[in-house]
Amino acid sequence: MVEFTLPKNSKVTEGKTWPKTENAPRETEFRVYRWNPDDGQNPHVDTYYVDRSQCGPMVLDALIWIKNNVDPTLTFRRSCREGVCGSCAMNIDGTNTLACTKAIDDNKAPVKIYPLPHQPVVKDLVPDLTNFYAQYASIEPWLHTVSPTPQGEWKQSKQDREKLDGLYECILCACCSTSCPSYWWNSDRYLGPAALLQANRWITDSRDEATGDRLDDLEDPFRLYRCHTIMNCAKACPKGLNPAKAIAEIKKKMVDRQV
Amino acid sequence: MAEAKTSSPGSVARPLSPHLQIYRPMLTMMMSIVHRITGGALFVGTAIVAWWLIAAASGPNAYATFEWVMGSIIGKLVLFGYTWALIHHMLGGIRHLIWDMGAGFGPQEREWLAAATLVGSVGLTLILWVVGYMMLGGVR
Repeated sequence: MVEFTLPKNSKVTEGKTWPKTENAPRETEFRVYRWNPDDGQNPHVDTYYVDRSQCGPMVLDALIWIKNNVDPTLTFRRSCREGVCGSCAMNIDGTNTLACTKAIDDNKAPVKIYPLPHQPVVKDLVPDLTNFYAQYASIEPWLHTVSPTPQGEWKQSKQDREKLDGLYECILCACCSTSCPSYWWNSDRYLGPAALLQANRWITDSRDEATGDRLDDLEDPFRLYRCHTIMNCAKACPKGLNPAKAIAEIKKKMVDRQV
Repeated sequence: MAEAKTSSPGSVARPLSPHLQIYRPMLTMMMSIVHRITGGALFVGTAIVAWWLIAAASGPNAYATFEWVMGSIIGKLVLFGYTWALIHHMLGGIRHLIWDMGAGFGPQEREWLAAATLVGSVGLTLILWVVGYMMLGGVR
């Protein structure tokens, strides 16, 4: 459902300004979305000042610095700190990206940080991605075969393997899906760019023998065809992948098999 | 295949994170919104065309009323807007056709296509009106 405004309990209010570090040679201002499930209040935006002389270059470094030095209650997900795990996906300076690969100086100050858009918030910058993962599971992301299992591995030519480039690199960080207005309004029925890129990864795989079933599953006014080529997904992807193009490839295959 | 489950654990009413309010407006996203709006405007424009045809079929008096309304400043502005909406939506449609063939998705192509649609629609609308007035022999 299209709803341009936030529900009452989600309206963001002005929060607290945390104290600056004394004698910091270079400071950057951060405005960070906060919500605590235990205090019964609406979400608010807190202001922090990060001493850049003590902090690494990335936005994740700043968040960790704040948590260590200013406010230990600040909550966010992080793990690999090098753009491999996808845990620290959030909305930074208006676009979705990974905090660990986004340089602080590439943003306009003050740096505004929100959780991934249009998701239920668990706490602060941690969104509830249950639906996102369930949609990924629904495309059955594993090899489907009917042929007898070979003695060794399932083999593939180099050319067929190359067809998976631009698809297999997806780390499921949810930057693309939560950047998509179509997904905002219809995430209950539209699978979204990430799950569809993954669907195309298995449809494209020369070893997979359920291509027809996979296409049948997506032949639906919502699951696939809610993509209106808005392109926010392709612009957001921190791995430089192109979900919009992957979705177009699925649409083409839908036509190809009918003619 | 399996259906996606949408249940989320916990009994606390979780807030919805901000979306349109905070997302940075980008050219391709704005062009998608404009495509929707021009599509809606074409509905009104089609009503004007229908009125024109009905007025022409109804006789001189009805047609004179139509001419008077659409000949006014406001009427001309509406017609100008309709022309632009029609051309913009048509060029947007061509852009979608290119995408449907699997082309135009690259980082440069998609920006170029969006800019070309915008520049093209404004340019073609102006050309159409200038040529129209030239055929009529100047602004009346």
